[in-house]
Amino acid sequence: MPDQTFLDSTELVLNMGPQHPSTHGVLRVVLKLDGEKVLGADCVIGYLHRGVEKIGENRTYQQFAPYVDRMDYCAAVSNGLGYCLAVEKLLNAEAPPRAQAVRVILTELNRIASHLIWLGTHALDIGAITPLFYVMREREEILNIFEKYCGARLTTHAFRIGGLQYETYDGLEQDVKAACDHVLPKIDEYERLLTGNRIWIGRLQNVGVLNAADCKQYGVTGPMLRAAGVKWDLRKAQPYSGYQQYDFEIPTGTNGDTYDRYRVRMEEMRQSVRIIRQAVERIPEGSIMAKIPKVIKPPVGEAYVSIEAPKGELGYFIVSDGSTQPYRLRVRPPSFVNLQALDQMTRGALVADVVAIIGTLDIVLGEVDR
Amino acid sequence: MAVSPWEGELSAMLKQRFPDQISEFSTYLGQNFLIAHPEAVIPILEFLRFEAEFDYLVDVTAVDYLQRQERFDLVYVLYSFARNERIRVKTLIADGYKPPTATRVYLTANWLEREVFDMFGIEFAGHPDMRRILLPEDWEGYPLRKDKSILDCDNKWIEEHLGIEGGQ
Repeated sequence: MPDQTFLDSTELVLNMGPQHPSTHGVLRVVLKLDGEKVLGADCVIGYLHRGVEKIGENRTYQQFAPYVDRMDYCAAVSNGLGYCLAVEKLLNAEAPPRAQAVRVILTELNRIASHLIWLGTHALDIGAITPLFYVMREREEILNIFEKYCGARLTTHAFRIGGLQYETYDGLEQDVKAACDHVLPKIDEYERLLTGNRIWIGRLQNVGVLNAADCKQYGVTGPMLRAAGVKWDLRKAQPYSGYQQYDFEIPTGTNGDTYDRYRVRMEEMRQSVRIIRQAVERIPEGSIMAKIPKVIKPPVGEAYVSIEAPKGELGYFIVSDGSTQPYRLRVRPPSFVNLQALDQMTRGALVADVVAIIGTLDIVLGEVDR
Repeated sequence: MAVSPWEGELSAMLKQRFPDQISEFSTYLGQNFLIAHPEAVIPILEFLRFEAEFDYLVDVTAVDYLQRQERFDLVYVLYSFARNERIRVKTLIADGYKPPTATRVYLTANWLEREVFDMFGIEFAGHPDMRRILLPEDWEGYPLRKDKSILDCDNKWIEEHLGIEGGQ
């Protein structure tokens, strides 16, 4: 008898991607199938690898800041916040209260924008085309605010180490409030389209289940962990940038399936609106920049700082040797770590479910590959 | 680095359990870390995971100190949901040393260790799938090592596979 080969006679290997509309970028998944049933999935990644960490070692602290926007380009503001907080930690500095409030507003707006993109593409993958057009309409309102604030819509580079580069423009408060008033009823509208929809439920419920123990084993964070019933959010657990001042709930699910993750993310958008409304009511007066030197040379040392990005825990581990450039800059991307659970989540599922599961992971390949 | 000693319940517990294997307990900017003997890392991780509720391995990464005899810092970032506490376990290893894998303690370590291998060439002993993850499998060289310049790349690979001149 020959040794067992990779394939039994009933097994089939199906290559998905890297050029595939539902892999959200250039993700290649090699599926091992038994008929329609998935036996295992092997991810091939790195198509977008640009060596962001190496670039970080070869740029000054300020020069590197725009690069982080290009990792998770759907949530550039969050990336920038995490990076600024990490360098500020090394400098032992803190942004002034006014800067912190503006940072919270823009970051939460960005969370909504990121979740809207997820909703549109996830629904599109499953066959519901309409929501994509709706979410783009609402996202536009948010991107307009970014554009008016800092000139850029996607890769914003909105924050600077130590605070903000720009003072808020006249009418930012009104624009933000109007965007909140606009988005909130629309979230209910999406829910009317999807939440009770039989096809939607049929495609999502009990698909890609990842329970709390598995989430912790795989280091999965963000909405995926919360959908498994773990009430954990870094904004509450280890507040940064003044999040402790705002009232908001951490939505959780129970089953940890794709449907729960959908519910959690929808509720998170409402909670973000809640945070923004509180923050915009009381933006403190004062300076927008902490007293930090023009040439940033953090003292020798290292620090790990992480934030709750829309996709999960986004961490920066920076080692300083006292010079103007980081000695080592490590990014702990939530998408990369969450994607690792794909194999476990797809086992026993059908090929069509793989598309739903990749959608629910909410990965951005720019961040996976860096 | 102006570190201060880390004194607490957890560090006392670890000191008692691993008296000779941990050389330093420190705090810098309010973040606790310890430096352990390379052979002791896995037992320490097991202890933290199963007896001290550090059930989430946040990150595994390395830092290259080219001039040092033990060339690499290997860094494990751990978090405990129950204690809401984050610590770092560090170890100093020489080039060519194969640290044992942490995949048996935390499944997350699989891809994270593959990335460390890909970028630094640190091979993890006993890892179930020690392949490159971001770079092509037949790529030569480890980009995040300090003796690699940002302009260095595998020109041969680029010419062969992309049909363009490498090194630009």
